[in-house]
Amino acid sequence: MNRPIDCLGPLAIEGIAFWSSRLPGWDIARSVIRGEQPASATPSSRPAPALLAPTERRRAPDTVAVALEVASRACESAGLAPAALPSVFASTHGDLAISDHMCSTLATAPTLISPIKFHNSVHNAAAGYWSIGTGSTAPYTAISAFHYTFAAGLLETAIQVLCGQQPVLYVAFDIEAKGALATVAPSRGLLGAALMLSLSPGNLSRRMMLQIQDGATMTPAASPAAVLVADNALAPCLPLFESLAKDQAASIDLALSDNKILSVTLDALG
Amino acid sequence: MRFQPLRISAFTVCSAAGAGRQATLDSLQARSGSLTPNDFGASPLPTWIGRVPGLESAALPDGLSQWDCRNNRLAWRGLVSDGFIDAVKAARARYGADRIAVVVGTSTSSIGASEEAYTRLDPDGRYPADLRRSIIHTPHSIGDFVQHALGLEGTSVTVATACSSSAKVFAQAERMIRCGLADAAVVGGVDTLCGSVLFGFNSLELVSPDRCQPFDVARRGINLGEAAGFALLEREATTGSWLLGYGESNDAHHMSSPHPEGRGARLALQEALKLAAIQPGQIDYINLHGTASHKNDEVEALVVAETFPESTFASSTKGWTGHTLGAAGIVEAAISLLALEHGVLPGTLNLNTPDPVCGPQIRRENAQRDARRALSFSFGFGGSNCVLAFGRSDL
Repeated sequence: MNRPIDCLGPLAIEGIAFWSSRLPGWDIARSVIRGEQPASATPSSRPAPALLAPTERRRAPDTVAVALEVASRACESAGLAPAALPSVFASTHGDLAISDHMCSTLATAPTLISPIKFHNSVHNAAAGYWSIGTGSTAPYTAISAFHYTFAAGLLETAIQVLCGQQPVLYVAFDIEAKGALATVAPSRGLLGAALMLSLSPGNLSRRMMLQIQDGATMTPAASPAAVLVADNALAPCLPLFESLAKDQAASIDLALSDNKILSVTLDALG
Repeated sequence: MRFQPLRISAFTVCSAAGAGRQATLDSLQARSGSLTPNDFGASPLPTWIGRVPGLESAALPDGLSQWDCRNNRLAWRGLVSDGFIDAVKAARARYGADRIAVVVGTSTSSIGASEEAYTRLDPDGRYPADLRRSIIHTPHSIGDFVQHALGLEGTSVTVATACSSSAKVFAQAERMIRCGLADAAVVGGVDTLCGSVLFGFNSLELVSPDRCQPFDVARRGINLGEAAGFALLEREATTGSWLLGYGESNDAHHMSSPHPEGRGARLALQEALKLAAIQPGQIDYINLHGTASHKNDEVEALVVAETFPESTFASSTKGWTGHTLGAAGIVEAAISLLALEHGVLPGTLNLNTPDPVCGPQIRRENAQRDARRALSFSFGFGGSNCVLAFGRSDL
């Protein structure tokens, strides 16, 4: 048997992006987390990803809009061109609005299913639009792990960086549930979070180690941002971004399964 | 950390072609068609389907009932076939429950349960009481079920990249084992018939009113099917066929149509051959994606004709199983492994007159022939491609 190795790293976080309806962008989210400014009182309208043609931008599902926004911003902040980068897309529920629409239509007039709604209903729709928009033929994946989605995606991204010895883009998102589906798959607002991970830390990157440990207690969100994203299915991502908003060393426990945590250790910035 | 081949110490498959490996092999050898006229749902479209019989009356055992739905019932039928559960139990005893990862693929998971709920909403617009179970209304339904049904406690992830899903699970699991995060992995995939895919593919005009005819000049589209399949990957095992390599790529072209020159397919194929350190001439069998859609088969035939020698034996087995979408990767991986183990190379059922674009590699009739290395192609919506390379146990 292999000796169990459950520690991964060091890895560098080269780019960070974040978007939620009340925290529309990482600069704002960072300031609100740090207590430097209050969140805006009114929700922002959804992002309009420049990657898509104007007609596609209007028609794009919310999942695609928020995922492409944070994916682009993470690449910009890392200073890396997207075309050559593998990517990992993670979403707890995928496009809840399209699922509601599909289930409603199937229950009433199944032959009226729209072909565009159907191909946008696949869990890898956002990843597909990203690869088309950026012209990237580098592999993407699209995953879900229910409550453990964010940690599972982060782990897969780190593994890909180590195995491929190249930067990998991580994009996580969940949107607002609609209709009856909202009672069994609750999620409010739009939330997208993205990281660019690599092996070679640049001047402005944070060093990170990952370790899988026994345990079921995750680090709670504790900043003024917590209440603004708490009811989105991707809310478990927030404790990591709270630590990234601050410059000190930190250790964050993210839930990875019923009885495992993914422990993230961040070095101090600089 | 370099790639090393992994052993496939156990595998199983259940589809319309049969429950378990022997039934599947028998069906392949007999060339017995298992597709049937569509009778799924309240207002069935005029097409043919690969339906697995008896799932309606096969509720999950006590203790697993919170996951009960058509998709997880089919998953369970797969797990109890071919002694797969016992193989995982033995691995669990060797490595520990938290050292075996679960990485499974699906396209629609148990959305069928959500579809059913919408036909039976209560007067307040809420789900009926029997379907108010959050875990079956989310994509990870399948990964969560498999992990709990097998008593595993490591990581569990569901990959949902449409029709490449349960091929890509081999790649993700291999990387996890390579990094030392698991000693073994249960990979596989499950998809079941549901309104979303039947009416969805119909809306794209991709569904055939006849039996599907992969690579035939007169092909009219796909037949949807349902299936479950699983494999146990281990580095330390001493028996079982080999996962020799894999290649993943994207077309970066269109959401529901392949790149016209097969750009992504070629990339995935090149990557798989490179990782496995083999040449096209060393491939004895290719299980093609071969959905019987106009564009897929045209592009795939072109890639095969340009890459492989005339002696390579390539076929699509969708005529036996239908297109099982997120389960197609594992179903066709299993058929490739059966081909290596038994020397039974399935031809292409329902292929009468090959499309002129087909090279001599694409075969209609079965063959009994020694085969040492096989490839399996999976291409999906969103342009997601994956090619798997397998080797016989004595390589």
